Amino acid sequence: MDKVIIAKDLSLSYSNSETIINKANFSVDSGSFVFITGASGSGKSTLLKSLFGALKPKQGSLVVGGVELNSVSRSKLNFLRRHIGIVFQDYKLVKEWSIDKNIMLPLIINGYVKSVAQNQVDKLLKHVRLNHQAGKHPLELSGGEQQRVAMARALAHNPILILADEPTGNLDEYSSELIWKLLEGANEQLKTTVIVVTHNIPQTLNVDYKHYHIEYGSIHEVN
Amino acid sequence: MKSIKNHLSLVIALLSILFSIQVFFVVDRSIDAYKENLANNYSVIAVSQKRLSNHDILSINKIISNVEELSPDSVIKRLNSNMQSKNVELLKLSLPKFYKITLTSYPSPEEVSRLTADLLRNSSITKVENFSSTHSTTYKLLLLFKNVVAIFALVVIVVTLLLIFKELKIWQYKHNERMSIMGLFGAALWLRSAVLFRLAIVDALIASFLAFGIFIYISSSPWVLQQFSNIGISVVIFNPLEDFAILLGVALLISTLLASLIVIGHKEEV
Ligand SMILES: Nc1ncnc2c1ncn2[C@@H]1O[C@H](COP(=O)(O)OP(=O)(O)OP(=O)(O)O)[C@@H](O)[C@H]1O
Ligand SMILES: [Mg+2]
Repeated sequence: MDKVIIAKDLSLSYSNSETIINKANFSVDSGSFVFITGASGSGKSTLLKSLFGALKPKQGSLVVGGVELNSVSRSKLNFLRRHIGIVFQDYKLVKEWSIDKNIMLPLIINGYVKSVAQNQVDKLLKHVRLNHQAGKHPLELSGGEQQRVAMARALAHNPILILADEPTGNLDEYSSELIWKLLEGANEQLKTTVIVVTHNIPQTLNVDYKHYHIEYGSIHEVN
Repeated sequence: MKSIKNHLSLVIALLSILFSIQVFFVVDRSIDAYKENLANNYSVIAVSQKRLSNHDILSINKIISNVEELSPDSVIKRLNSNMQSKNVELLKLSLPKFYKITLTSYPSPEEVSRLTADLLRNSSITKVENFSSTHSTTYKLLLLFKNVVAIFALVVIVVTLLLIFKELKIWQYKHNERMSIMGLFGAALWLRSAVLFRLAIVDALIASFLAFGIFIYISSSPWVLQQFSNIGISVVIFNPLEDFAILLGVALLISTLLASLIVIGHKEEV
């Protein structure tokens, strides 16, 4: 089976500070569903940052979507990122844009025709139950609503890989269920590889998944 | 409302710069026009033992535009009441020749003294009256006025640029976030900075056209025209083609330079 991610002896740290991930070895199959858990401050977000090339490996090698991230050119990194959908822990929505435009961002970057992009945005707003909020700006929305906008943006361009950092962290049970269904749908129907950082793995999931746990800088699979 | 505020700070800053530049242009032109006025009224008197041809005098210095021999009749008239006409004729022959020399442009004090020296080098010219003290006072006053305005314009421009640079930090912060987020989804640099450059160009256009409107209004205002005609000069206050091109160019240059600085200073957060 194809590997979307291959990490060999991967070590991560922020400039000159202590090592956060230490010599981790893991791989992720294309089309699989992966959960990452770990205590607060264990390095889950740090690991995700390395997967979309925002944090270079200190040591070891990291290949994502066939792209070697140790020494990647900016244009190649841009190319890779256009095929990844990210839900950030702090959402990272553009405040001066409407939520519609925020969701449209990956579509604009990928060169979608305006009308196609607009249709996709309308569809996604419905999927995350925010069609009644269309046209509003992120700061006019609740935290949970912003998180759902971030989710919609990550799904917009049908990426081959979704990285979601606690995508249900601010949501009630009902909305959380909605998010899991969307991720499940993308994984089942579009064969999207999904990697989710979470504190609680949902019990109702209908897909097979892998579960990695981060502790003391090492990553190990939980069965 | 919010979008107007986005534009306002840069537009106002650009406007004040454009204003200073145009004011300097107008003062520069007024002084040139005024000098021309003065040149028409200013002349040097040369006294010569022998009669000189116009050509002889004109070839002495390029700044000389016209030579006019002054008739001695008026001097003699005052004497001739009790003088025989024969004597008058004799006197006329022995009198030196007076020449009124007019110049092509209003000279600097250096040009005046050079001209005087050149004239005196001619062996027959014995005396030159250049009215240098009045001349140099007027000239210095004009120069002072021009320099004061230039310095004033420069100060306004520098202060405005300093203000813009202070504002730049805020813009940098504001645009940094959006540019970082776009980068996280793989936007190339040109796309990330497109908004910024569009904003910069739009602001430059707004400022230039506002300046255009204001100057057109000013240059057609009867009061302003009256002021210039009072001094006896006619000046192009605003040339809708050339001046506008310069103002637009300056505005575009400054605003795109600012946008480039923001793009260069852009740091992606980890
Ligand atoms: N930008 C940064 N610069 C320096 N150190 C950082 C930075 N971001 C995170 N860290 C450090 O890296 C460690 C891991 O942080 P990380 O954000 O990966 O934790 P996490 O597992 O995602 O925690 P949480 O569940 O609270 O989100 C922390 O000790 C944190 O102090
Ligand atoms: Mg985190």
